[in-house]
Amino acid sequence: MTDIQIDINEVSKWYGPFQVLNRCSTKVGKGEVVVVCGPSGSGKSTLIKCVNGLEPFTQGAITVDGISVGDPKTNLPKLRARIGMVFQHFELFPHLTVMRNLVLAQIKVLGRSSGEAHENGMRLLDRVGLRDQAEKFPGELSGGQQQRVAIARALAMDPIAMLFDEPTSALDPEMIKEVLDVMVGLARDGMTMIVVTHEMGFARQVARRVVFMDKGEIVEDAPTEEFFGSPRSERAQMFLSKILQY
Amino acid sequence: MNYHWNWGIFWDISPDGAHSYLQTLLLGTTWTLATAFFAWCLALLFGSIIGVIRTTPNAWLVRLGNAYVELFRNIPLLVQMFLWYFVLPEVVPQAIGTWLKQQPNASFYTAVVALGFYTSARVAEQVRAGILSLAQGQRLAALALGLTLPQAYGFVLLPMAYRIMLPPLTSELLNIIKNSSVALTIGLMELTARARSMQEFSFQVFEAFTAATVIYIVINIAVTFAMRALERRTAVSGFIGASPAAAH
Repeated sequence: MTDIQIDINEVSKWYGPFQVLNRCSTKVGKGEVVVVCGPSGSGKSTLIKCVNGLEPFTQGAITVDGISVGDPKTNLPKLRARIGMVFQHFELFPHLTVMRNLVLAQIKVLGRSSGEAHENGMRLLDRVGLRDQAEKFPGELSGGQQQRVAIARALAMDPIAMLFDEPTSALDPEMIKEVLDVMVGLARDGMTMIVVTHEMGFARQVARRVVFMDKGEIVEDAPTEEFFGSPRSERAQMFLSKILQY
Repeated sequence: MNYHWNWGIFWDISPDGAHSYLQTLLLGTTWTLATAFFAWCLALLFGSIIGVIRTTPNAWLVRLGNAYVELFRNIPLLVQMFLWYFVLPEVVPQAIGTWLKQQPNASFYTAVVALGFYTSARVAEQVRAGILSLAQGQRLAALALGLTLPQAYGFVLLPMAYRIMLPPLTSELLNIIKNSSVALTIGLMELTARARSMQEFSFQVFEAFTAATVIYIVINIAVTFAMRALERRTAVSGFIGASPAAAH
């Protein structure tokens, strides 16, 4: 296996008496794409939010590039700046233009000059095919365009890994492809990615492994062909039969 | 009703021997505006700080903020004026109390402080509601980019929250102008106090309070228009303010 970029080790989390994560373990190598799927409420989103410390966890350990996320001594803002994250509802900052969305953290967190940040922003807008939208406000863009801007915004920080939390779930069907195309391109370029999604076509095409979660547990963690060919657990079989039916 | 109307009364010299009644009303108006302005600055500053800490993840800060709001919101404004003006100088060490009582314009400073704190509790409530009305995802997105919590508030959460809060803040600003009239009870010669004094000396009660009413209305309509202009200027395209139908 290649170098381990993200190591999730026996992570558990409780909301009061309710256990949302139960001893979850998986490793993501450098340049690997891992798809996380499972029924809603299975803890997928919670698990990837633990990776950059947006959700604290109760037990276990997560290291990203050798740095422990749960360690109180870790400088979380600094670590988060190195991990890109894309959300289901885009979460662009509505009062800032597309370009200012892209440069804000580059300048305030990475300390880049305005010129450098703008240049970098323009290059990434070009990459997601939105060069001509730089001066628009997020509210003026379609959902698919907003999500591509959100991906560009995360990439602008030169992340070592990217986390996607159901990036196409809030999109109209005709916009899903434009977002997935960008993500496939990223995967091909060797970006380390954890993607929570139900887009099984995407998983088949680019994922090295598929992690299946149910009730806060990682039920199955298998190479992609194996997962789609013959999922071992009954729960994963049932899930696949439901979502691959149509 | 046997009332002798005299609209010319405004040009008569008032008992102070130097100003006409109209001039005394205008002098009172400047005290009203000054009191409202400085109290508003205080209310915005403290209201914003308290409102923000009530939305932080720190449970103790949230409790502190809640206690502040409940304290200043649940005591009538008139009682708060009296507490600051009559009670405070008696409960602090005597030297400070004497110093407080000897301040020229003591009633003005007291009115600013009392009105400022009272209104800050209401502003804090608006600030909290404004921040909480933003999707939780905005905070997460800001933090995920590596911004610190203060940066997330400063660059992402507050700029949108203040825009959402502008209409209720306009109401608070109008309230603070009107509530400044309570300061007449601690001897501040603001607009309402001047109208009362004019009525007492000239017996032209209708003229005096008609003038005060008109001045309050003109000020508040001007403030309303200015705030509407500010709302339009800061409207975010495709979001609040841009078109009523697009409101979340």
